Amino acid sequence: MTNFDPESIHDVKGVPVHSVHRHDVVIVGAGLAGLRAAVETSAEFDVAVLSKVFPTRSHSGAAQGGIAAALANEEEDHWEWHMFDTIKGSDYLGDQDAIEIMVKEAPVVVREFEHMGCPFSRTPEGRIAQRRFGGHTKDFGTGGPVLRACYAADRTGHALLHTLYEVCVQNRVRFYPEFYALSLIIRDGVCRGLVAWDVINGGVHVFHAKAVLFGTGGYGQVYKITSNALANTGDGLSLALRAGLPLEDMEFVQFHPTGLYQAGILVSEAARGEGGYLINGKGERFMERYAPEKMELAPRDLVSRSIQTEINEGRGVDGQAYIYCDLRHLGEEKIMSQLPQIHELAWKFLHVDCVKEPIPIQPTAHYSMGGIPTDIDCRVLLDGKSKPVAGFFAAGECACVSVHGANRLGTNSQLEASLFGRRAGKAMVRFLRETRTWPDLPADSAGSAIAEVERVLSAKGTESVGAIRNELKEKLSAECGIFRDAGKLEKLAGELRELEKRYRNIKIDDRSEKFNYDLLEAIELGHMFDFVELIVAGALRRQESRGAHSRVDFPERDDEKWLKHTLAWKSGEKIVFDYKPVTITRFQPKARTY
Amino acid sequence: MATITFRINRYNPDDERRGHYMQEYTLEISKGNTVLDALNRIKWEQDGSLTYRRSCRSGICGSCAMTVNGVNRLACETQVLALKSSVVTVEPMRGYPVVKDLVVSLDPLVRGLLTVKPYLITKTPPPSDQERLQSPEDRAKLDGLYECILCGACTSSCPSFWADKAYVGPHAMLKAYRFVADSRDEGSREHLEALDDKHGLWRCHTIFNCVEACPKDLNPTRAIGELKKELVRQRIG
Repeated sequence: MTNFDPESIHDVKGVPVHSVHRHDVVIVGAGLAGLRAAVETSAEFDVAVLSKVFPTRSHSGAAQGGIAAALANEEEDHWEWHMFDTIKGSDYLGDQDAIEIMVKEAPVVVREFEHMGCPFSRTPEGRIAQRRFGGHTKDFGTGGPVLRACYAADRTGHALLHTLYEVCVQNRVRFYPEFYALSLIIRDGVCRGLVAWDVINGGVHVFHAKAVLFGTGGYGQVYKITSNALANTGDGLSLALRAGLPLEDMEFVQFHPTGLYQAGILVSEAARGEGGYLINGKGERFMERYAPEKMELAPRDLVSRSIQTEINEGRGVDGQAYIYCDLRHLGEEKIMSQLPQIHELAWKFLHVDCVKEPIPIQPTAHYSMGGIPTDIDCRVLLDGKSKPVAGFFAAGECACVSVHGANRLGTNSQLEASLFGRRAGKAMVRFLRETRTWPDLPADSAGSAIAEVERVLSAKGTESVGAIRNELKEKLSAECGIFRDAGKLEKLAGELRELEKRYRNIKIDDRSEKFNYDLLEAIELGHMFDFVELIVAGALRRQESRGAHSRVDFPERDDEKWLKHTLAWKSGEKIVFDYKPVTITRFQPKARTY
Repeated sequence: MATITFRINRYNPDDERRGHYMQEYTLEISKGNTVLDALNRIKWEQDGSLTYRRSCRSGICGSCAMTVNGVNRLACETQVLALKSSVVTVEPMRGYPVVKDLVVSLDPLVRGLLTVKPYLITKTPPPSDQERLQSPEDRAKLDGLYECILCGACTSSCPSFWADKAYVGPHAMLKAYRFVADSRDEGSREHLEALDDKHGLWRCHTIFNCVEACPKDLNPTRAIGELKKELVRQRIG
């Protein structure tokens, strides 16, 4: 292996390497995970953050309802209760060692946000205010809903994200805004940096790093109806796959119960946490048939299945594919003080005044429980089990540690992203104190990235990226959505192979290098094909129903055969599977009812 | 359903000779379609070279601020039919350097922001195992300030900014006041330091364009007024 010389690959096929940057830490993604890690590492090391959008545009900012922590500011609460709820919510697929760390450290992480300046809503005593959320209960599930979600009105993600950005500014973190990661440089089990595209000016840049963190977020854009931003295309997952790493539990996709009808935009669970009802076309609060105790505050997988069942059986409003989220009985004052953004979104997108009218909603693809397998210190695992890649870390939605198992509870994602971003930061600090020099860069570091840009910019086919992507989204929603079965999944696997063939024959309208989203969207679509195949194949193999993975042909949870995590690799055209056991410490699996 | 003509500013930095020009696209628009939906359909179905920023689609990320029929708005939350116009003109926000088509440089926005030390400044260490206390009344003083999404619509609409590119801009002063007004902040002098300047607070001539332009209904002019009062208080006090 030789030291890297950018001149040696200059002008390969006309796409030059613009420059080589060297930092101790390079973080990809400027959401809660990436920025929290940047805050943690920037006091001692030289940290760069790359983000495909300007940092405060990251999708963490769209989170609304809250961040979970058993602060007990409003009423009795304990981390043990939070732990039980998270495990039961995960349908016992969450790893209990990681969950225990998360719920124990949660109060520290939330209070640190307050110390940084986050404008949390307050109790009359001046403490951080807390509200109810689905699946969060008292007394190990035997009591009622508990006030656990710490919030800033219904703009909690926005408040947390901007606070972290502000601290990063104070800490002089080096930002590379609108840089798009193209490939990881991993050789011989050592991560050496990555290659990225400068979106604004064009040009391939090599980032040479001792430690790389992925906080690249989710992939809701592979579904037709989604709460996710257009930037959420799952690039990080596919970059890991292409570097030869496995992905874990990709069949578990969360559908949020309440997306605005047709747009899919999130209506926070806080709407139900504050007392909102779900009403079908016949005017019934139908949740009493599915979760008689917890009603609207049952976990998301159960509520989404209930709504979809109502719609499928013709009890949507006017027989259409939506039902109502009704807030009217909360009154104008509570809606405007606690749920102002919901009011604004319903008005701007559906012209519905939720003080006076119910909001049309439908389930919307929201969150990926699976992702890049890591240990409890966010070190990415080469074999998915125990062998870390030196210098490569992942946290937040793109990672699978796994605290959410088969279904995530609301407010646990902002917690996970922040908390494991912080843990990743601490782990990187320890790693960097022992790592004095940069690993060698191989001479062909940028080869695959340059080839990819060149492939798209010189595309001479006939197929439209937009049209193929639309078909992919429609098919995935129809055949790998809330309810799944072998017939549909097998059909889908074949359709995806056909679509991917068409993708190899795309055309491109914009061949310039500066701010070329035509180029980016074509590359993103390639990423989608890479990891979507694993969602479908994993869903087909898992012959049981657990959490968000609901097989009509295998309606029961099967602990004997399937109480295990899926690991999947790409090997040429083939997908290779392996499995690993779930870490169970305090709570043995039992039947899951609400 | 209505047939709408979109007149869109095109500018390719690689073709300086052609410069800026308007290109027309026609779409059938239904109720519920936003300007962003329309741009997406043009890009995905008619012309992949059309370039604009977008991400969240729900008015919280601030990417898609642009000028629609002469007014700065977020494309994602602007209903096309509500514009009541068969021709919709879409241009990049004025005042900022144009990168391509509808995309502007965010550099002036960031530069302005950094001058006000946009972070909580404290001297007293926080309690080690609990949060700082803040009364609901003190917290309410941050409403109308912390919601800023840094879209840049306000500063782009400001004639003072058009005339003075070194002006820090209403977005930065709204952010400064978000910290000055925070009961936990102990650095109001530091936030204000750079603003006592001809490119700072005194460049604002209370034109109120920023208030009209803000898609989140925030009031930078009021924040600037409060900062001026605070600065005067510090000077004579």
